[in-house]
Amino acid sequence: MSRSGVLRSFGALVSGAIFGLGLAVSGMMNPAKVIGFLDVAGDWDPTLAFVMGGALLVTVPAFRLILGRGRPVFDRSFALPDRTAVDGRLISGAALFGVGWGMVGFCPGPAVAALATGLTPVLVFVAAMVAGMALQSCQQSALSYQRRKKAEG
Amino acid sequence: MEDFTPVSGLLGGLLIGLAVALLLWLNGRLAGISGIVGGLVPGGARDGWWRWAFVAGLVLGALAYVLVAGGADAVEVTASLPVLVVGGLLVGFGTRLGSGCTSGHGLCGLARSSRRSVVATAVFFGVAMLTVFVGSHVL
Repeated sequence: MSRSGVLRSFGALVSGAIFGLGLAVSGMMNPAKVIGFLDVAGDWDPTLAFVMGGALLVTVPAFRLILGRGRPVFDRSFALPDRTAVDGRLISGAALFGVGWGMVGFCPGPAVAALATGLTPVLVFVAAMVAGMALQSCQQSALSYQRRKKAEG
Repeated sequence: MEDFTPVSGLLGGLLIGLAVALLLWLNGRLAGISGIVGGLVPGGARDGWWRWAFVAGLVLGALAYVLVAGGADAVEVTASLPVLVVGGLLVGFGTRLGSGCTSGHGLCGLARSSRRSVVATAVFFGVAMLTVFVGSHVL
């Protein structure tokens, strides 16, 4: 690995560790607590709104400052998504994610962080989640292959 | 609302925000967990080292809390095995199809005022609330 690769891995490790600690401190690693927020018709627990609010309190001004700099510390440029269209793919993906999130109470970050508990249900969920990601990646390449074929006639 | 914990929620949120800001400042990357993990599956991005480091950090940070505060008992997974598998598949497939999850769209996207992220966040929160409603009050 190059020197910049080592630095980038170090940056990612520190950021990931603070992220994982934040998820644990906030209680969001616990799916039962997340479902307590999503269950608006039940015994509603508004904690998740405080977590999102606390995070946005930092990210909104920080992003403005950071993106105002020419480049990140350990890399040449910022890697930001370039898509802008609000399309069916975005909405159907978000909806499918919403169903899975509501079923179990785990979204990707808390699920991976909860691997720290070593609990079997967490392992099962993360394995299924990674399989779902791989499946989507396969479907995506199959779609673009078909499209290329069609374009070639 | 016996479980409402605004102080630890806010404190954890500030830490998460700090982590997201740090990754953008140091590496120029958005801390969307589905995107970072999705880049590690076959056919994903070929810049793996920092992604593995981030995932390792995520687990280590949570582990530090579990060891110090004994938080392992606080993780209650109530879903049955088939629900875990189907839910996991949907979360994995959906977050990749929709290009983000609670962190990518919900934190990074909203902080960048991305219209796509505002829509995606409203959709997954709405659908998840509806799913919980159907699961616990209808079925």
